[in-house]
Amino acid sequence: MDSLYLLIPLSVLLVLAILVGLWWAVDKGQFEDLEQEAERILRDD
Amino acid sequence: MNQIDQAVYSDTVVRQFSIMAVVWGVVGMLVGVVIASQLAWPELNFGIPWLTYGRLRPLHTNAVIFAFGGCALFGTSYYVVQRTCHTALFWPKLAAVTFWGWQLVILAAAISLPMGYTQGKEYAELEWPIDILITVVWVSYAIVFFGTLGIRKVKHIYVANWFFAAFIIAVALLHIVNSAAIPAGWMKSYSAYAGAQDAMIQWWYGHNAVGFFLTAGFLGMMYYFIPKQAERPVYSYRLSIVHFWALIFTYMWAGPHHLHYTALPDWTQSLGMVFSLVLLAPSWGGMINGIMTLSGAWHKLRDDPVLRFLIVSLSFYGMSTFEGPMMAIKTVNALSHYTDWTVGHVHSGALGWVGLVSMGSLYFLIPKLFGQKKMYSVPAIELHFWMATIGIVLYIAAMWIAGVMQGLMWRAINEDGTLTYTFVESVKATYPFYVIRFAGGLLYLGGMLIMLWNVIKTALQGEAPLISIPAPAHA
Repeated sequence: MDSLYLLIPLSVLLVLAILVGLWWAVDKGQFEDLEQEAERILRDD
Repeated sequence: MNQIDQAVYSDTVVRQFSIMAVVWGVVGMLVGVVIASQLAWPELNFGIPWLTYGRLRPLHTNAVIFAFGGCALFGTSYYVVQRTCHTALFWPKLAAVTFWGWQLVILAAAISLPMGYTQGKEYAELEWPIDILITVVWVSYAIVFFGTLGIRKVKHIYVANWFFAAFIIAVALLHIVNSAAIPAGWMKSYSAYAGAQDAMIQWWYGHNAVGFFLTAGFLGMMYYFIPKQAERPVYSYRLSIVHFWALIFTYMWAGPHHLHYTALPDWTQSLGMVFSLVLLAPSWGGMINGIMTLSGAWHKLRDDPVLRFLIVSLSFYGMSTFEGPMMAIKTVNALSHYTDWTVGHVHSGALGWVGLVSMGSLYFLIPKLFGQKKMYSVPAIELHFWMATIGIVLYIAAMWIAGVMQGLMWRAINEDGTLTYTFVESVKATYPFYVIRFAGGLLYLGGMLIMLWNVIKTALQGEAPLISIPAPAHA
């Protein structure tokens, strides 16, 4: 099953990329004031 | 210096995609009704090669997924990213390129598929020159979307944008890996992979297309348009963040459940099954989160058909994300695989979830895009809702019964070990259910035609407004 040698490393890379994304979001304070962010979209168009 | 350009949202491209979503919805569902009727009455292909089931079926799937669903996703994502980031699109001219490029892809599909050109890969049938065009359009889409996120005036990236972003990246990756092929002429190519390898790549693509195109993208829609239409923040914004990360971390390995009991290694099949079962948790978390947004305001469902579209779409999302993991269990799959149960499952997701959430979002969006308070006819939305819902119920109930019946007939064995039924006996037994499914599809298409009429009327009585971007609260 040679295709697994492509798909498994690809998935690992993807999970790492997702981790970087999550780390970036936490680091940039994206999740600091969540309730206010949920309301914001209702206030303005 | 760019003040005047920057002061209004880039809504032209949103308008174009929204209108075309409705138009392609009608076309794609019409082709669906035609092939549903051919299954009941095969002579309806009139002996014309271009109208045979084998050619029209990929036309139907491509039209509803990529033309209807695709236009709805492009349009709503361009709208949502601007509204939640308080900025116009990063590169409106490139956004226009994505619109015309995507229409060109659809046109090429509508011509080449009935002519019989196909790569033979489900949901990836289009031949390599069209695949390259898709790649160009998709990369442009990514540039516009991520560019817009990059120039956002609001620090926080609203959760809907995360879903759209994951959808755009994942679809790019899936398309490039699965469509890798060696050309052998202008409209002929051979897949870069062979045999069981190809099947594994194909269903890695196929199921993740369901996960990222038909789920993540539309969840982006759901997390914006349900709170807007209900005028309430999402039930738990925290849960929506967990929903996002849990879903994208776990989705990638569900694909092998499409290949149970095949030449694929057994452990890969079991892995696919386990990941499919895991997916139940984030899916239901998101479904409950969306529906509970109405907590304390359930009465709104009584008078607002647009909200009903959106909430009922979530109940179908919940149903099909429960049914899917169940069908991925190998012993259940032994009964359900290759039967019409699968077709029913797909349509509970496609008609129920993807269809209804898109229609609800478009009913919210279209009046705004044409400077109107509401759609031309609200009773017509109500009628559309009931036609669509009854159509779906007829469709999926017929396919459940047909599928379980087929599975049981195929596995029935006489005492001497021979098969109790020939295959054609199961086809004959399915006939009434094919007729019911056709009726359900016809109702659903009828609802979509009403929507098209309503959209045209709304567009004609309104005019395209220039909507200004709110000024930043703190300079």
